[in-house]
Amino acid sequence: MEKAIKRYWPIFLLPTLAAFIIGFIWPFLWGTFLSFHKFTTISKTTFVGFANFAKVFSDKTFTDAFFFTAKFTIVSTVLINVIAFAIALALTRGIRGTNLFRTVFFLPNLIGGIVLGYIWQILLNGILSNLGRPLLALDARYGFWGLIILMCWQQIGYMMIIYIAGLQNVPGDLLEAASIDGATGMQTLFKIKLPMVMPSITICTFLTLTNSFKLFDQNLSLTNGEPGKASQMLALNIYDTFYARSGAQWKGIGQAKAVVFFLLVVFIALIQLYFTRRKEVQQ
Amino acid sequence: MKKLVSLVLSLCLCLALTSAACAEGSVYYLNFKPEQDPQWQELAKTYTEQTGVPVTVVTAASGQYETTLMSEIEKSDPPTLFQVNGPVGLANWKDYCYDLKDSEIYKHLTSDAFALKDGEKVNAVAYVIETYGLITNTKLLEKAGYTPADITNFESLKKVADDLQARKDELGIEGAFTSAGMDGSSDWRFKTHLANMPIYYEYQQDGIGTTEAIKGTFLDNYKAIWDLYITDSTCDPAMLSSKTGNDAVAEFVGEKAVFYQNGTWAWNDVKELGAENLTMLPIFIGAEGEENQGLCTGTENFWCVNSNADQEDIDATLDFLAWVVTSDEGRKSMSQDMGFVTPFDTFTGEYESANPLVKVDTQYTAAGKLPVTWNFPSIPSEEWKNGVGSALTAYAAGTGDWEAVKTAFVDGWATEYQLSH
Repeated sequence: MEKAIKRYWPIFLLPTLAAFIIGFIWPFLWGTFLSFHKFTTISKTTFVGFANFAKVFSDKTFTDAFFFTAKFTIVSTVLINVIAFAIALALTRGIRGTNLFRTVFFLPNLIGGIVLGYIWQILLNGILSNLGRPLLALDARYGFWGLIILMCWQQIGYMMIIYIAGLQNVPGDLLEAASIDGATGMQTLFKIKLPMVMPSITICTFLTLTNSFKLFDQNLSLTNGEPGKASQMLALNIYDTFYARSGAQWKGIGQAKAVVFFLLVVFIALIQLYFTRRKEVQQ
Repeated sequence: MKKLVSLVLSLCLCLALTSAACAEGSVYYLNFKPEQDPQWQELAKTYTEQTGVPVTVVTAASGQYETTLMSEIEKSDPPTLFQVNGPVGLANWKDYCYDLKDSEIYKHLTSDAFALKDGEKVNAVAYVIETYGLITNTKLLEKAGYTPADITNFESLKKVADDLQARKDELGIEGAFTSAGMDGSSDWRFKTHLANMPIYYEYQQDGIGTTEAIKGTFLDNYKAIWDLYITDSTCDPAMLSSKTGNDAVAEFVGEKAVFYQNGTWAWNDVKELGAENLTMLPIFIGAEGEENQGLCTGTENFWCVNSNADQEDIDATLDFLAWVVTSDEGRKSMSQDMGFVTPFDTFTGEYESANPLVKVDTQYTAAGKLPVTWNFPSIPSEEWKNGVGSALTAYAAGTGDWEAVKTAFVDGWATEYQLSH
């Protein structure tokens, strides 16, 4: 059996590898190539060197979008993970209806971002107009918190499942030993459970961090960057640059923004992985 | 063996079929107007039945035309016929435009004004002329004791609208104007079509047709008409950002409002009120001499033939277009089924448009009123429109001021012009 696997592994690898190359590597190489060019359609391009990149950093909307996105990412990552972990703790205590609660919390994750965005837009606008406040599209603060609420609602269930899996893997003998030694609930949580679920935390923070940073659908449908571009996040900014502008030079600038964006996401994700990985313990 | 023979035979057949189709060429039309998609499909089928030339019509989703065109044109069977919205849109695609100088459709144009030319080269030809203004419910207007003839300038429009608004409970309406929704489905009515008014008057005053930097001479008038739209309205101005195009249609058709700014293309939405109860008034903004102003008439739909397509396909496309504007089927479809007014000299007699709103426009022109031209194709970019739209929404809701609209209008124009040239 093992021999067969050794011999035939390329065949098993092939479908995934092909999908990865077609769906990721090839477009990525093309994208990088195009970011150095001026073009309308990708078969007619003119090389412009680093001109596109120079324009990216002098574009104020891009830097504004970056800070908005950064703020959003920090707040949503913290909120989602803390709340998801708290719910996971509550739902691993064996209270009645645990499975029902888990399902209910997980459900929002199954609805697409665009649909969620529009539904929440109607809900939040309804509340804001009853309170006599400006609507979502008129005040970036409401847009920001609207996005946070929407993302929390959607993501908490998913992260909760991962945390539940992690918490269920904490060995019973460790917990038993702790309780015999007279550890309080808090001590057990911080000294045993948290270090033991560190791998889950790594995964969950990675997912929330990158999801928030790359957020597009929800941003598009909830506020569409209004007012002005004050609630526009990076992905939407790139999309706007590429499609909403006339003139050939914008396509290249949009593409250059996308490359910068990719590097940013990779950089941030690597830093996060480095720091959370260090805290992981071996059983 | 038998199998092999039949396989070879069927392969030969396939080859013969495809090569036959290649020799004759085929047509692929990427249509811009979703409203007319069924009619185009029907027309394409008729043409294929008559001539055997395959015609594919694909309609891009609303607001997605540029995106769709960009990806379609890369394919091995690119669109042979596509659309641009005017000089600004053409800038992206002029390398893909076949010279239509010798084409039938260009020869049948009633005026050179309906073609986009670059020197001698004819890049694009308009195929529909449209008109917009204030679609008015005359039944409600008369119930309030007015006739459309009472409204001859901004002053009288405001007087009537204010009166309608004040007596809205008595008249059973919710406002004089339908909600000026600034949702994406409706905001173009104001950031583009209404914005055309101050641009038009400035161009008229300066005797120009396009500019690098707009001065905003008529911005006070723009403010006046916008104020009127949002005050004498069915809804609280703070709610406008969430109001859609459908909301406005529902209010108008439900007889909750008297005036609805839109164009001839909206006829199908409002026709249940009955042609006898509807008319279209010019949008008065209080400019000098506006008593003589007509409706806003122009086009932002131009046909381009893809110069990068195979020559057979180009020829097939030109033949198809000639057929569309000269044959009985084509003319009937365009004028009656699609409800278009076309700039071609072949559409006479029974092929004149049956759209009642179009007839209103004809009456205005016959009465010697001067049609307002469409100047928004000279707007430097979509981005400019978005900036003005955001500022208008914020101003209406009270979270922004008119200065911001001015900035977006004047400074935004100069910036965007620089950026796209």
